[in-house]
Amino acid sequence: MSGVPLNFVSPADFRSRVDQALQDGKLRSSMRGAMDFLQTKRQSQFPDSDELELLRDLGEAVRRHALANLPQLLQQLEANLQANGVQVHWAETAEEANAIIHGIAQRRAAHRIIKGKSMASEEVELNHYMAERGIECVESDMGEYIVQLADEKPSHIVMPAVHKTKADIGALFEQHIPGMSYTEDVDTLIQAGRRALRQAFVDADIGLSGVNFAAADTGTIWLVENEGNGRLSTTVPDVHIALMGLEKVVASLEHIVPLSSLLTRSATGQSITTYFNLITGPRRAGELDGPREMHLVLLDNGRTQAYADEQLRQTLQCIRCGACMNHCPVYARVGGHAYGTTYPGPIGKIISPHLLGLDATADLATASSLCGACGEVCPVRIPIPQLLVRLRTEANRDPEQSVAHPLRGQGANYSRSEQLVWRFWSGAFARPSVYRWFRWAATRLRAFAPSSQLGWTQHRTPLKPAPRSLAELLRERGQAE
Amino acid sequence: MSTMSARERILGKLRAAAPAPTHDAVALQQRIDEHYADGTLRTASPGQLADRLQSIMASVRTDVWRADAASWPQLLADKLAEAGIKRLLLDHGSKEGAVLAAALPDSVQTQSFAQPIEQWKAELFNSVDAGFTVARSGIAATGTLIVVPDAGSPRTVSLVPPLHIALVYASTLHADMHAAARSEGWIKGMPTNLVMISGPSKTSDIQQTLAYGAHGPRALWLIIVDDAVEQGGAA
Repeated sequence: MSGVPLNFVSPADFRSRVDQALQDGKLRSSMRGAMDFLQTKRQSQFPDSDELELLRDLGEAVRRHALANLPQLLQQLEANLQANGVQVHWAETAEEANAIIHGIAQRRAAHRIIKGKSMASEEVELNHYMAERGIECVESDMGEYIVQLADEKPSHIVMPAVHKTKADIGALFEQHIPGMSYTEDVDTLIQAGRRALRQAFVDADIGLSGVNFAAADTGTIWLVENEGNGRLSTTVPDVHIALMGLEKVVASLEHIVPLSSLLTRSATGQSITTYFNLITGPRRAGELDGPREMHLVLLDNGRTQAYADEQLRQTLQCIRCGACMNHCPVYARVGGHAYGTTYPGPIGKIISPHLLGLDATADLATASSLCGACGEVCPVRIPIPQLLVRLRTEANRDPEQSVAHPLRGQGANYSRSEQLVWRFWSGAFARPSVYRWFRWAATRLRAFAPSSQLGWTQHRTPLKPAPRSLAELLRERGQAE
Repeated sequence: MSTMSARERILGKLRAAAPAPTHDAVALQQRIDEHYADGTLRTASPGQLADRLQSIMASVRTDVWRADAASWPQLLADKLAEAGIKRLLLDHGSKEGAVLAAALPDSVQTQSFAQPIEQWKAELFNSVDAGFTVARSGIAATGTLIVVPDAGSPRTVSLVPPLHIALVYASTLHADMHAAARSEGWIKGMPTNLVMISGPSKTSDIQQTLAYGAHGPRALWLIIVDDAVEQGGAA
């Protein structure tokens, strides 16, 4: 795979990709099946709605407490990790994170990196960056391995290959794994993936993982998985690098107990995953395995922008379970790739503007009917619909307007003519004489209503004023205005 | 590019925006404690906790056997012979490792993890059939083993061989994860690695179809030693 850039599409082409995705019958049916499955699985984990609501309150409280104390907790985490023998790095941008990781690889003369699942590494496009510098990154999570073989990006943050069918994967493995013949038998396919990656764990110079939670009080990183590839990646190579969005820290290891339960139950409908891997430092004297060198890279990449605003800060409560995606009527129909962002679906719509700027992502927040399903299932009660409305407001704000916490790309959807229409509208409604004149003109000149009315007529019949206004009709029936 | 300055810039932005530090840590801890305090398993006996652990782990394809302190070595020896296991990794220095090794037939060779992993990585991956570990404890609510690797049983013993065999004493079982964390004093200091294991390795990454044996052990065997009467058997 090395040297081959991953497919990269811009979120700016969102609308055209949505049209393509909607026409793709195979994608539609595999997404529908997957979403129904994940919704049912989640529901089966929360038979007691009272318990669910109490646990959500608790999850929200833990995350809000962590964010309220974020600068102190990050320093405490850093100090405890360092005391445990972990080297801590801070990266303001994706470029900085990649450069730090590349620097470690260079110092270790490393050529091969085995990766546990890490969405943060997708966010910074680590594989691409390393490939350009002659270092091969091999994805070891089965879903990530599949999308890497296909030269794609994950379409779901928990199930990266959710858009693919058994037949797709059978063909992919036949093409890429030597000696493999086509099959749709899932056990056979998984065993083939296991065999293909076994040696990669042995040969890797560095293991790279994400972080699900970090505890400031003990300096522990907490990894959640089912396959064991995360444990292998963080145990077998001599160096372990963990890459973590800076919002993932919580005050105490005990706070992670309710969060981890919310995560696995909301994400895949499991009461717990096969492995919770709690790492508190590299190999100590007398131990015979585990990495001898361990690093944690703390990634900002726009998160501090969300943090600056009290409302938008709630975005950072996210524990990346993907339940909002699994319940989103838009995501279920267009799939993850249409968004063109690392994080698709509702969470992607509210986090991506901070990572990439509103100018690149202005349309994402508009792809929602505001039905509220995402907010209802969110295990940490992020008010996603309200945040979508807020981001629409910021995208439509005059780029010149000065606000307390400006967002990168403010006013990306700002239109002078649209503002003029609104100004006229509010002016008309504020002055009865103008309003009456406008009402008269609109009804009498209705024949001149244009048949093409921009976005409105894309999917709807043109608007045409009625022949008489309601006030006139009432007057005709003898009732005063 | 200086990462030091990245640190200062990031912390500067966060400090500028952070609300006044909250001091509700105690109240939050209390809420968490209360949430778990009335869990139905909190009053269960060790035997009931063992029943629950057994049924949940069996439901995720773990082979579970119950035995007493005297009978488990022979029971396990028979199972290993029956399964055709040839090379078993165990800690001869531990009480359980020693008794198991003594009970095994000649067909099952044992070895300790005697050298750093880098000196025998390929061999560990390619020629060991099974690894035996004694779990520190278990969690009944979710059907979970708490495994804390040490010098005698390093991290990879429960991870690399295709079969992982765990032994847990019923007297060490906790009702739920909160009880485990509290009574084991996790926040007072953690080992380099603590793993919670709830079944053999698995994945649903291909069309949501559950398949076992992804990258970790394909099979998990569990011996629950009913030692509730002879408290302290876990040592």
